[in-house]
Amino acid sequence: MRKGASWFNMVSVTFGLAFLYLPIALLIAYSFNAGRLVTVWSGFSFRWYAALLHDQQMLDAAWMTIRLGVVSATLATVLGTLAAVGLVRGGRFRGRLLFSGMTYAPLVMPEVIMGLSMLLLFVAVGMQRGFWTLLIAHTTFTLCYVTVVVQSRLITFDKSLEEAAQDLGCPPWRVFFEITLPNIAPAVAAGWMLALTLSLDDLVTSSFVAGPGSTTLPMRIYSQVRLGVSPEINAVCTILIGLVATGVIIASVVGKLRNDPQGGVAGLARAAA
Amino acid sequence: MTAAPAPVPARKPPRTLRAWLAAVPPYAWLLVFFLYPFALVFKLSLSHTVLAIPPYAPRIDWAKGLDGLTAFFRDLNADTYIRLTHDTLYLASYLSSMKIAFFATVMLLLVGYPMAYGMARSKPSSRNLLLMAVILPFWTSFLIRVYAWIGILKPEGLLNAFLHNFGLGPINILNTPSGVYLGLVYSYLPFMVLPLYAALEQQDETLLEAAADLGSPPWRTFWQVTFPLSLPGVAAGSLLCFIPIVGEFVIPDLLGGPGTLMIGKTIWTEFFANRDWPAASAVAMILLITLVVPIVFYQNQQSKALEGAR
Repeated sequence: MRKGASWFNMVSVTFGLAFLYLPIALLIAYSFNAGRLVTVWSGFSFRWYAALLHDQQMLDAAWMTIRLGVVSATLATVLGTLAAVGLVRGGRFRGRLLFSGMTYAPLVMPEVIMGLSMLLLFVAVGMQRGFWTLLIAHTTFTLCYVTVVVQSRLITFDKSLEEAAQDLGCPPWRVFFEITLPNIAPAVAAGWMLALTLSLDDLVTSSFVAGPGSTTLPMRIYSQVRLGVSPEINAVCTILIGLVATGVIIASVVGKLRNDPQGGVAGLARAAA
Repeated sequence: MTAAPAPVPARKPPRTLRAWLAAVPPYAWLLVFFLYPFALVFKLSLSHTVLAIPPYAPRIDWAKGLDGLTAFFRDLNADTYIRLTHDTLYLASYLSSMKIAFFATVMLLLVGYPMAYGMARSKPSSRNLLLMAVILPFWTSFLIRVYAWIGILKPEGLLNAFLHNFGLGPINILNTPSGVYLGLVYSYLPFMVLPLYAALEQQDETLLEAAADLGSPPWRTFWQVTFPLSLPGVAAGSLLCFIPIVGEFVIPDLLGGPGTLMIGKTIWTEFFANRDWPAASAVAMILLITLVVPIVFYQNQQSKALEGAR
């Protein structure tokens, strides 16, 4: 029966992928356009990339975004991994329902609400808005993604290995660092990558909690986009796409080298289901 | 051969006691930075606007001790909610968000299902590559992907330039509801395809062979075997798309015109442009209750089902 439906499958997959990639491909292509007009091709050039190097506001925003992304992703990975261990290995502890609810809620929480509530917190405690408020906000909404990815790996990982070590007198923290962590490492790495990209990408929550002097790259891009399409924005976007694509491909190759079907990026697909 | 008695665990391993300790730091973090802010949103939705910084009242006067606290609670009321019911803008944008999210989810199913089906039925060797190809755009910036469409859809954009070659057009999609739907389907497609693919890929192929052997035509096998078995994937994908779409801000803001009402955009405007924080909070509260309560319930059912299966 598979043969009969095969052409249909081919067409639907091809059409779907073309739909996903065509706009991005066009955006990348026009970032190398020599002319200012977005629709008229007037030759290949790196002109807009060079222009970026002189755009101090854009460079500041990029530096801010990178620092924020790396620090918040690391913090979120530590907290998210701990949350996953607690949820999977912790049994039925008091307040588990509330905890798992809080862990999953940000996955589906409209960003506008997330940003609003965070801002109210910072206003209520009188915290100056800037890098630190952004860091707290980003850590909070990326934490749950790390938990979901790590959790899906922990569930499939054989608990008896940990128990064996425990029975042989290994203290719990050593069990975690020598047995659990090496086994869930691909998922932890994927969780970090995911947290980093989500942080680099965030516009709405950041707009609520950022202060004057702490504009992130998406906020900068957004304010430019509202003024219209420009080849310089295409160039920034191309660099970002390139970085993310390289990161994801490296992550999945590393996952493959370890011959690990559950780890890496594929874990996310399973986590989503 | 006599069955050996199963070894009975002598005691519960002490590590069960310890493992939940791992949850303490993230638990504390989420209580302070996730749950407490929602209590603040709720409180603010019961406050009223004043011309001050921050622009709402009442505030707790800690200097007055208990009196300050009681005065604070006396000043809270549900006026903002009552005000919302009188203002048709909120109801209209709420209903419009629901409508847009519903139709976008249906479109996503129509586009995503054949794609996920095609992927799940492709050669096992190419499946991981296809999966990767679907996930990659999901990792690229949301804003960039929406921005990419502006260059294509704008009146003097690539689509109209392309159509012009054939003597067609121009067509206007940017700043119309069609632009919003296109942007939504495009941005959320991976969210729909991934759960559908996971559900379809897990299916036991022998069921299909059995149906075929018993003389069932492929379309009937699809409707009576494949599709019912993929329903959990359909439910997961639809929820993963519908819920964030209701609160979507970037897509209606950049691809929809001023005529596209969506609740996320309304909250944003109330907050930043009108500085009506209580109204924004009350709208957020209503949205939150209608969206998050079902998802927590669904998640709870799911984990119960998982534990039951174990």
